[in-house]
Amino acid sequence: MAARGLDLILHGAQVKLCDKLKDINSNMWNMKQLEYGALARRANRIKDELRQGVRKPYKEVIDVFQGDLHGAGMKPLTFVRQVLAACVYPPLINSNNLPLDVRQRAQEELGRCVGGSVGSYSAAAGIPEIVHSISEFIKRRDGGIPSHPENIYISPGSQWSISNILNVLVNREASPRTGVLIPVPFYNKTVLSITQLGAVTVPYYLSEEQGWALQVDELQRALESAKGVCNPVALYVINPGNPAGYVQSQKSVQEVIRFAWEKRLFLLVDELYQDCVYGENCEFVSYKRTLSEMGPPFSGTVELASFHSVSKGFLGECGLRAGYVELVNLDPAVMKHIHTLSSKDSCTPILGQIALDLMTDPPKPGDPSYPLYKQEIEHIRAVLVHNVKRVHEVINSLPGFSCPPLEGGLFAFPRLNLTPKAIQKAKELGLQPDTFYCTRLLEEGGVFTGPGWEYGQKEGTYHIRFCIAAPQDVMEELLRRLSSFHMTFMKDFS
Amino acid sequence: MSQQAVNGISHRGRVLTLDSMNPNVKRVEYAVRGPIVQRAVQIEKELKEGVKKPFTEVIKANIGDAHAMGQKPITFFRQVLALCSYPALLEDSKFPEDVKKRAQRILEACGGHSIGAYSTSQGIECIRQDVARYIEKRDGGIPSNPDNIYLSTGASDAIVTILKLLVCGEGRDRTGVMISIPQYPLYSAALADLGAVQINYYLDEDNCWSLNIAELRRALNAAREHCNPRVLCIINPGNPTGQVQSRQCIEDVIRFAKEEHLFLMADEVYQDNVYAEGCQFHSFKKVLFEMGPEYSNTVEMASFHSTSKCYMGECGFRGGYMEVINLDPEVKAQLIKLVSVRLCPPVPGQALLDLVVNPPQPDEPSYATFMTERTAVLSTLAEKARLTEQIFNTVPGITCNPVQGAMYTFPCITLPQKAIDKAKELGLVPDMFYCMRLLEEDGICLVPGSGFGQREGTYHFRMTILPPTDKLKVVLQKIREFHLRFTQEFS
Repeated sequence: MAARGLDLILHGAQVKLCDKLKDINSNMWNMKQLEYGALARRANRIKDELRQGVRKPYKEVIDVFQGDLHGAGMKPLTFVRQVLAACVYPPLINSNNLPLDVRQRAQEELGRCVGGSVGSYSAAAGIPEIVHSISEFIKRRDGGIPSHPENIYISPGSQWSISNILNVLVNREASPRTGVLIPVPFYNKTVLSITQLGAVTVPYYLSEEQGWALQVDELQRALESAKGVCNPVALYVINPGNPAGYVQSQKSVQEVIRFAWEKRLFLLVDELYQDCVYGENCEFVSYKRTLSEMGPPFSGTVELASFHSVSKGFLGECGLRAGYVELVNLDPAVMKHIHTLSSKDSCTPILGQIALDLMTDPPKPGDPSYPLYKQEIEHIRAVLVHNVKRVHEVINSLPGFSCPPLEGGLFAFPRLNLTPKAIQKAKELGLQPDTFYCTRLLEEGGVFTGPGWEYGQKEGTYHIRFCIAAPQDVMEELLRRLSSFHMTFMKDFS
Repeated sequence: MSQQAVNGISHRGRVLTLDSMNPNVKRVEYAVRGPIVQRAVQIEKELKEGVKKPFTEVIKANIGDAHAMGQKPITFFRQVLALCSYPALLEDSKFPEDVKKRAQRILEACGGHSIGAYSTSQGIECIRQDVARYIEKRDGGIPSNPDNIYLSTGASDAIVTILKLLVCGEGRDRTGVMISIPQYPLYSAALADLGAVQINYYLDEDNCWSLNIAELRRALNAAREHCNPRVLCIINPGNPTGQVQSRQCIEDVIRFAKEEHLFLMADEVYQDNVYAEGCQFHSFKKVLFEMGPEYSNTVEMASFHSTSKCYMGECGFRGGYMEVINLDPEVKAQLIKLVSVRLCPPVPGQALLDLVVNPPQPDEPSYATFMTERTAVLSTLAEKARLTEQIFNTVPGITCNPVQGAMYTFPCITLPQKAIDKAKELGLVPDMFYCMRLLEEDGICLVPGSGFGQREGTYHFRMTILPPTDKLKVVLQKIREFHLRFTQEFS
């Protein structure tokens, strides 16, 4: 059989394909090209060169590109790591070098593992006792509002869960195509998932002038814009925000819930940063709690999926890959299918599940590990509170650079006022203006940040994103380098 | 479809209903964790609550989970991983030097020297390099490029990723994927989920479940009428059948794939689980390259491996990788995009994989213990494979092919017509009826052959050979007795 040749339009150029299998899922091509891929490769190349002793204006790259606490130098929680180690190598349970509560906890966790080993599969939705622990945590957090274990699914990271729920929501055979409302700026991985599944993103713009507030008028406008284009079925919200550092007030959460109820939208709420709240008068209020407290008709009808994970907050255990989704008001028949879907994925890594348990059921006053645990948590919190203040101070002191106070989350997303000269230069190089800025910042300043273009922004505005969870001395160094680079850059392109 | 009333409050119509949801998801089934397992879990609960049954425990011989059945982890692996989890243990003199060195090397490759940091989506570079070296060594020196290695969350993750990439087209152009019958139901589940066309090719039960090119050709030609066949999946050593493909067979398959322009997916997660005399694992990559440039430069392929099986049995770590061969560079760029959506594979799983491909060497302190443990696991499995085949073949009405490799047996069971009729009455597939009865009467959980696919009119079950030898003997005995009873009852 003759090989099928295909013509595919790539980057505006007609490319004749050879015999190789190029005919792939067309949604792949639609997934936004990640310019940062080139930036990430450059960062790795620079790191390698530094390792080989190549001289540069800096000794190491400050990598604040991702929301990766440990990657930026923050330390893991001792209790968590001690328990995990003892679970991995059970002879440690008999070692006097580990505190008693660590050893007891490890024994407890192993007792829940089939065959007493973290190497066994667990039930698809997660180790039942840990799922129960999560439901208790949610109940405590939400002032006693019950949470049902059978509505909770543990997964290898929150993105895995979000993809699964989106997979159920997106009906590829439907016409018009399924639409999902997304905030701008957004978390790019979720948007990639949406595109990969063949759904359409319907952007709603957060108001930068109002500290990135979510406005219902804007939700309305976005919904209107979808008419005739797609069929919006879901509203994706990130609270606290990423990359925008806002924390929704309870009133705001209520407004969004009301909007979802009125317009019949499935609520997908990313609450990964619920432990990262700094702003005065700011408080994290969960969508679940608010929904429940709003009472009928909302509480019994609005379909809600809330996501959380061990990657952020105080644990920062991104590499363990564990998160969960709590599903509220879903059709029981649909839940059955969600269950089957999760079963074919095997299970979440057991160490990640144990970390989830330790996160939702941490040491308590009176436990031997409690003092150190408390100290470490408070230290992390103090560092973050300090960092957000410093970032706000420094950025706003620089010309052509501004950012609202960071209320929550783990990122700064300051606005760049680039000069026409800088924008022109970027165009010449075939780069987005903020990618150009980030590339220069990386090469000359040794700081690896993300261009605003990756996360979405109003046309004609430019931003950069960087993680603010780094040890204080690293953050100071970052701010020093950033200031120095920024002044030079602005001067060069004035 | 009307909405269900909940707690007496009627709904104004949910957004997400059976009608509005992705229809593909409705077609997904996964027998290994399906209805019979759910019943088994329920029975376990009842036993815990003190309900009296003809047995005191449920033996879950449904899932390929070695540790669940009492197999011990490899000491060296767990020691290194413990040190990676809690680096303060590097000061502990109780750990051998080679364990410490490995842990240090892995930690140095991690962001912030922590297994809690993200890695790149493709997986930690030095680990991919180690995997490439392992493949080269395994395949007699045939080069492996670390850029072609993608670490994953178990092999299943990589398999689904490749399928996501390859499945496209509409209607008659929809991608068709050839899978063996019987098959590991991840494949059928993934194909249903992706809305791909499943093309069944039957393995030859009369010839030890071997693969027959004529049968491949038959399946392919028939499929061309209604879809666009582009992918051929092979599991070697096989699951559930346990057959280990001969080198000749592998060559024939590669030749067939080239002729018919098919992408080969070689699931090789059981590559260390080979027991039968005269059988040997030949990697598809190795055979491909030994067939010369006409094949090795053109046939597109992905091979899969994981840390869940073999002698490690570390299912809970979700470690795995795939090696892609001759993938178009532009498609590879899309592949990177796809794997980046879920950030990265679990770092402890990556670390474990590194140890699996880079085990203790003869001159290292942990070598002796490592080899003893490894040998013990594999020889015990081989013994249980033999025992299983032997005992099942003494039961009239059960025929069992040799378990050449992997971790399962897939015997053929003869069911009396009356039993088949009874099953139909109850709305059950006959082998599900059989397995449910076995579960209720003896507390043994197997997976009915219908969950894996089988020729029309034949019935099978899949049982793992993982329970400890003594327990396995009891299980085999009980199944024997059950089968005789069952046959008697429905004669």
